[in-house]
Amino acid sequence: MEDRKEGREVRKRRSRQRYFDYSLLAVIIFLCCFGLVMVYSSSSYVAQINTGDSLFYLKKQGIALILGFFCMFLVSRIDYHKYGKVAVLGYVLALILMILVNFTPLGIEYNGKKRWFGIGGTSLFQAAEAVKVALILSMASLINRFSRKIDTWKAQILLVVIEAPLIFLVTDNNLSSGIILLGIVFIMLFVASRKKLRFFAAVGIVAAAAVLVTVFSDKLIEFHILEEYQLERILVWKDPTAYALEGGHQVLQGLYAIGSGGLFGKGLGESMQKLGFVPEAQNDMVFSIICEELGLFGAVCVILLFLFMIWRFVVIANNAPDLFGSMLVVGIMSHIALQVILNIAVVTNTIPNTGITLPFISYGGTSVVFLMVEMGAALSVSRSIRYER
Amino acid sequence: MVPNHTFHRLKIVLVFAACLAGFAVLMGRLGYLMLFQSAHYTALAEELHERERSIKAARGKIYDANGTIIADNKTVCTVSVIHSQITDSEEVVSVLSEKLGLSREEVRKKVEKVSSREIIKSNVDKSVGDDIRSFDLAGVKVDEDYKRYYPFGDLASRVLGFTGGDNQGIVGLEVKYEDYLKGQNGMILTQTDARGIEIDAAAENRVEPVDGWSLYLSLDVNIQKYAQQAAEKVMEQKNAKQVSILVMDPRDGEIMAMVNVPEFDLNDPFTLIGSADAAALSEEEYQDRLNQMWRNPSVCDTYEPGSTFKIITAAAGLEEGVVNLEDSFYCPGYKIVEDRRIHCHKVTGHGSENFLQGAMNSCNPVFIEVGLRLGTGHMYQYFKQFGLLGRTGIDLPGEAGTIMHREEDMGDVELATVSFGQSFQITPIQLITTASSIINGGTRVTPHFGVEVRNADGTAVKKLSWEKEEGIVSQETSETMRYILEKVVAEGTGNRAYLEGYRIGGKTATSEKLPRSENKYISSFLGFAPADDPQVIALITIDEPEGIYYGGTIAAPVIAEVFDNILPYLGIQQEKAEESEI
Repeated sequence: MEDRKEGREVRKRRSRQRYFDYSLLAVIIFLCCFGLVMVYSSSSYVAQINTGDSLFYLKKQGIALILGFFCMFLVSRIDYHKYGKVAVLGYVLALILMILVNFTPLGIEYNGKKRWFGIGGTSLFQAAEAVKVALILSMASLINRFSRKIDTWKAQILLVVIEAPLIFLVTDNNLSSGIILLGIVFIMLFVASRKKLRFFAAVGIVAAAAVLVTVFSDKLIEFHILEEYQLERILVWKDPTAYALEGGHQVLQGLYAIGSGGLFGKGLGESMQKLGFVPEAQNDMVFSIICEELGLFGAVCVILLFLFMIWRFVVIANNAPDLFGSMLVVGIMSHIALQVILNIAVVTNTIPNTGITLPFISYGGTSVVFLMVEMGAALSVSRSIRYER
Repeated sequence: MVPNHTFHRLKIVLVFAACLAGFAVLMGRLGYLMLFQSAHYTALAEELHERERSIKAARGKIYDANGTIIADNKTVCTVSVIHSQITDSEEVVSVLSEKLGLSREEVRKKVEKVSSREIIKSNVDKSVGDDIRSFDLAGVKVDEDYKRYYPFGDLASRVLGFTGGDNQGIVGLEVKYEDYLKGQNGMILTQTDARGIEIDAAAENRVEPVDGWSLYLSLDVNIQKYAQQAAEKVMEQKNAKQVSILVMDPRDGEIMAMVNVPEFDLNDPFTLIGSADAAALSEEEYQDRLNQMWRNPSVCDTYEPGSTFKIITAAAGLEEGVVNLEDSFYCPGYKIVEDRRIHCHKVTGHGSENFLQGAMNSCNPVFIEVGLRLGTGHMYQYFKQFGLLGRTGIDLPGEAGTIMHREEDMGDVELATVSFGQSFQITPIQLITTASSIINGGTRVTPHFGVEVRNADGTAVKKLSWEKEEGIVSQETSETMRYILEKVVAEGTGNRAYLEGYRIGGKTATSEKLPRSENKYISSFLGFAPADDPQVIALITIDEPEGIYYGGTIAAPVIAEVFDNILPYLGIQQEKAEESEI
């Protein structure tokens, strides 16, 4: 815990001392450890069958986490202003990375999607995760640079145009990550700008379009404006039971898991649905296993933990000494918030299915390492906060 | 350094508020799914996870009159393999082929077949199953099961019947008492993973099986054995197609023995007996022969009873008062009815005789005369009264009905032939039941094997009750009939059934099978003892004996032999010597 609640004298004495957001660190550590437990719980049975080693996923995730903590520690020790100097380099590297992944054999294809960067057939990391970091950094840097003109259409469009190549390259193979990148850009611009109306209007237009497509999906197919496969995810979302053998399988199995959890769940490790029923239970669908094992109570606790984490970002961003630091944390905050909300929304079939992982908890080495880099950055910003009266 | 403005902070708080709203919506959604939809999804999930495995209930046992088990269960094993769990297929093949006596190729084919479960062999002895289990081979499953077992092999095979693959009764008492015997299978509900493999740790939901009720019969293993030996002996001596012996208590219809030789092995009911050409038969022919082998001819087949039926004609005549013992008749060796000359079995004729002598001689013209005196109407009336037109209601499946002229088609010629047991057909069980009713004082009984049923632990007992109809003939007629039939054995055609020291009544018969031109016969004898108070009645039918075929000559001695064995066994005392000589 941080020191705010200590006595006045202490605060006075420390007024020139540096701040460090221990609350954020605590929640990060807690979520990571909880994530390890859930990765083990949800994967061990299937891992034992498929690989003969029930610890298979746990080990890989554990190694990634150690690497991640190391990165976080390193990044948090560096003054975040120095990141600004590598923002352009990061952007260019991300662009090159995406081009390599999309158009050269360095991109490795799994399930028809080229998402992995690797050399000689050995996959190293998921490119989109790296791009998220680069995008947040470049956006923060750009907003800082254009801060005086940021309210103009011209500047805002310019920023979007600069980030657009990255977003398009990612979206090509990974729609959900593309949506998150777009969301981050949108939220960062919204925070940076004095304007409100245009952003609310944009949200309104997107929401209206979504509602229209959903409501009139039958008509759109009937009049051949859109083909059925293009609306497949929406149709599955509307009635997963009808598509139980195709797209609805994962969602439906997830719902079985969530529904059978009840108020307090079956108990840690007692999930039935993880025994091969929910595909990739340790991955995108891990939240459904949390629901089954820990019940509504556990699920709400996890959500509240994320909410607390986001609140810590709000505190850090609002107290950051300058706009760059603040925007950096806003980018990180939007990343976490979007991913958590979209993941839980998908798992509960609140929105159509897109493959989004739950930060810190879902299995995925690349994701956790880059998340820890972001956490390091947020902690670095927190360190530069000065106590003032 | 660009400073942070207040509006930035406000916007950040707005973003947080949006997140809060998003989380609130999701928590609401979760609450809906996990509280209100919980039961729905839990049910669906359980349906997905649960697999049902049935536990077989033990079939009820069958006991004879002495409490000896005649149909039992033994534990057998089914050996199967689960392809995905086999780790060392070579060892599995060698162990299974050796222990089960199967060829390696056959076992290998099943072991290597990609299926969820492949049965290698069922009905494997428990000892072999335990042996295989002791190897603890991965992917080999040995499941225990019950199989019907008949300790006496072929004893009363056509009566008891046997069971099929699901332990269900197929023929005989096994099918008649199926509802009592079968019990109720239990269930194990287990949880499985997505591949359908059971999860060891998951709690089992068990529904215990209810074992079948035991059936207690009036059949007596010892009497059945005596009768079977006697039947087999005469079948061999006379090279007969088939011999049946029924032994019954005439007072209540409890059947003590029902032998139909050749019997078949109940533990191996699908192998034809005594057929060297079995391999040459088509599948359909083979099945026909099996059905023939399983058939109970005493109940399911009809025949012309011949002279044994004169018991009924006599009883009807006496009851109606159209004849009495002293009435005089004359037999010239034939009798002319309408335009037909009907021969007596003694072509030279019995000459002058009274009714008692006529019965002792089994004289056809005497009984034709009695039949004609009764007339079609009364004859038909007595058929009905004696229960001959219906079935006996015996507790065996497939009882055949009586094949009889329609009343309006029955002229004097038909009436005449019916009077001495020809031109219509009844089952042996019908004959013995009707004869019982006539000699037991006039009570029509229902022949039966089942006495009572008890549940597996013996706490509940249900007596089986059987219909009785009193007064079908008067006590007086019944007494006269006993007297006549005792005379038949003592001095008449049935004298070969005479047994020193016992009062035995009876009637012989020799029926010519249809078509008459083939000269094939059924020789039979119906006897009972003691003649003054019948406690046991027996009927033997010998189908197509070779050589001498007279019932009095070949059938009567068999019953004498059976009685010689069973009367002391039943505790029927020998009469004092001086009494029996009167």
